[in-house]
Amino acid sequence: MKQVNQVKNASAFVKDSAHRSSHDKHLWDARMRRDKTAAAIPEWEEMRELASAIKKHTLSNLDTYLERFEENATRNGIHVHWARDAEEHNRIVYDIFQQHGVKTITKGKSMLHEECGLREYLAERGIDLAEADLGERIQQLDGQRPSHIVMPAIHKLREDVAELFAEKLGSDPHNDDPHYLNKVMRNDMRKRFVKADAGMSGVNFLLAETGGFVVCTNEGNADISANVPPLYVASAGIEKMIPGPEQLPLFIRLLSRSALGFAITQYTSHYHGPAEGQELHLVLVDNGRTDRLASETWEVLKCIRCSACFNTCPVFRRSGGLSYEATYAGPIGIVLEPSYDLHRYAQLPYACTHCGSCGNVCPVKIPIPDYVFHWRKEVVEQKEDLLSHRYEMLAGSKALASEKLVEAGEKFTLAALKHTPHALMASRFNPWAKAHEMPAAPEKTFRQWYREQQKS
Amino acid sequence: MKIAFFVPCYVDALAPQAAIASYELLQKLGVEIDYPDEPVCCGLPFTDMGYDQYAGDIEQTFVDHFSGYDYVVTPSGICTDQVRNHFTAVEQTPEVQQLRGRMYELVEFLHDILQVEEFPWASFPHKVAIHNACHSLRYLHHAKPSELMGPAFSKPEALLRKVPGIEIVYPERVDECCGFGGTFSIWDPDVSAQMGKDKVTGFNNAGASYVVSADYSCLLHQGGVINKLGLPLRTIHIAEILNGANA
Ligand code: SF4
Repeated sequence: MKQVNQVKNASAFVKDSAHRSSHDKHLWDARMRRDKTAAAIPEWEEMRELASAIKKHTLSNLDTYLERFEENATRNGIHVHWARDAEEHNRIVYDIFQQHGVKTITKGKSMLHEECGLREYLAERGIDLAEADLGERIQQLDGQRPSHIVMPAIHKLREDVAELFAEKLGSDPHNDDPHYLNKVMRNDMRKRFVKADAGMSGVNFLLAETGGFVVCTNEGNADISANVPPLYVASAGIEKMIPGPEQLPLFIRLLSRSALGFAITQYTSHYHGPAEGQELHLVLVDNGRTDRLASETWEVLKCIRCSACFNTCPVFRRSGGLSYEATYAGPIGIVLEPSYDLHRYAQLPYACTHCGSCGNVCPVKIPIPDYVFHWRKEVVEQKEDLLSHRYEMLAGSKALASEKLVEAGEKFTLAALKHTPHALMASRFNPWAKAHEMPAAPEKTFRQWYREQQKS
Repeated sequence: MKIAFFVPCYVDALAPQAAIASYELLQKLGVEIDYPDEPVCCGLPFTDMGYDQYAGDIEQTFVDHFSGYDYVVTPSGICTDQVRNHFTAVEQTPEVQQLRGRMYELVEFLHDILQVEEFPWASFPHKVAIHNACHSLRYLHHAKPSELMGPAFSKPEALLRKVPGIEIVYPERVDECCGFGGTFSIWDPDVSAQMGKDKVTGFNNAGASYVVSADYSCLLHQGGVINKLGLPLRTIHIAEILNGANA
């Protein structure tokens, strides 16, 4: 597949000041709320430490926990399926639907479904699937992937949504009042909820000890999808495992605080078996996770998809999530997506200033900043780097290992600043010129000054 | 105590005043300084871009010049971070490991090692906004990053508070990245520039006359944006204030 040019994609977004500044502000506000709620808990940093350790323990014993989970879940009456990859996941889901003659589905938001391309897969097979999360539904109607893992349509303005709903749902294009838009969506979705043949959702936590799972949402969209229809199919990445209910509250306390700065998600629903008269299936998905677990960057599997790293990332907030052209954008995306397809995502690890804030907000302490270095190195070693970079770096390395050449380089830079006509410095050859007006060059370098001092 | 003074390429050529002020300040504080009068690179651009494999000779040259001192001191957080935390293209001999442990950025050196109590020659009756470069903030721990919980501290602020007349302000987004990011500003100039604009606008809104930082790399970027936007702000390296600049 073609390599994603995130910089080019981002440049359109960053120049669109209305969208960019709204995006930046909303996400920064979420980060500020996060700081405030975290600061109210004296043991916040210990909680992160503990959550990280629990995830490490569970991932280190994942085989045992998965088997224990399957045994207990089966006893609870949950049909457990195993999917090696996205294709197998989609086929299992489709087979279940075929056996039950399912035509229409409503579905809670799930990044795993995005990762598997489930929506497209089922659409091609004639199944009518409606996303039940408002933001996700907006993205579905617009034919776009979610731009943010918790706020899928955060890159849009209210007027964009009004326009979209007018086109797709026949509402008033000039009314962008959120209450009105909500009502339009609710009226459309209610019809679907009542007549859906099946419901679907993702999973936030798998509990090995009790064989149950937990789904967290703020709109209750997963709950309606799970409880109204006679058939409920949930999908979970195998890394969602924690030992049991005793560990759960810690993660619940961290999740919503990290994500949006709220104490808890509006709905934290526990499923330990089918509702009366219902059938409940759970598909456990690998899709590269086992390989990732054996790799140097295994800690990415600790991720609880809270989005705190997205919200704090200064590059993400100004680039917009769609610029990454990936399931997972933002800091975790740039260190995760290359493990799915290094060629396609070779430029993503460069969408980072090394500011390091992501590693500090992450509730499970994934060393994202270190992983950025890891992937840049990997990109170079696998020769997925840009040729222009390779040549520059090679020439530079020769020059910088020699003291004479370093000095010549510095002199050249100074001379360039001093003598090059402004028009040339401000040309397209100098990417800085658009936004920077460089100061006058210093009279002499430190070295020249030092030598004069020594003489006098 | 004998230290080696390391002047990174960009400071030498583009911000010599920061190096001169650092050098004079260390002299005033009675430190015995060796300055290897040959240009040496710390290898940062290579590690930054993933080309560690090209940096071996460069790092070796650095080791040849700077090992054997009690400390190596430099007015640059990014280069200190490079040597302390990423200097792995050379073989990790005991000599190299010792050098990495002795690499200090100026503010840390003044605050942690010399524990300077006063700067009697300094006075700076101006409103200054402190910019902690991300590397200094999060990898050298100059201050408590806003997103980490716990007691607040700031080494640059503690030093600046010892300068009579100074008034310290912070922008609303206390420590958001300014978008320089080394090679990032060339990799993605549009996003980098937007971050720079947001940053200096924040300083301006805070009512600062000066932006002070221990890292001139960020200040070069911010200075360029300030000039472009025509804001009434000036940039200054922390060593200049501590050394007695009274602009
Ligand atoms: S990497 Fe950490 S901060 Fe980012 S989404 Fe995952 S858990 Fe949250």
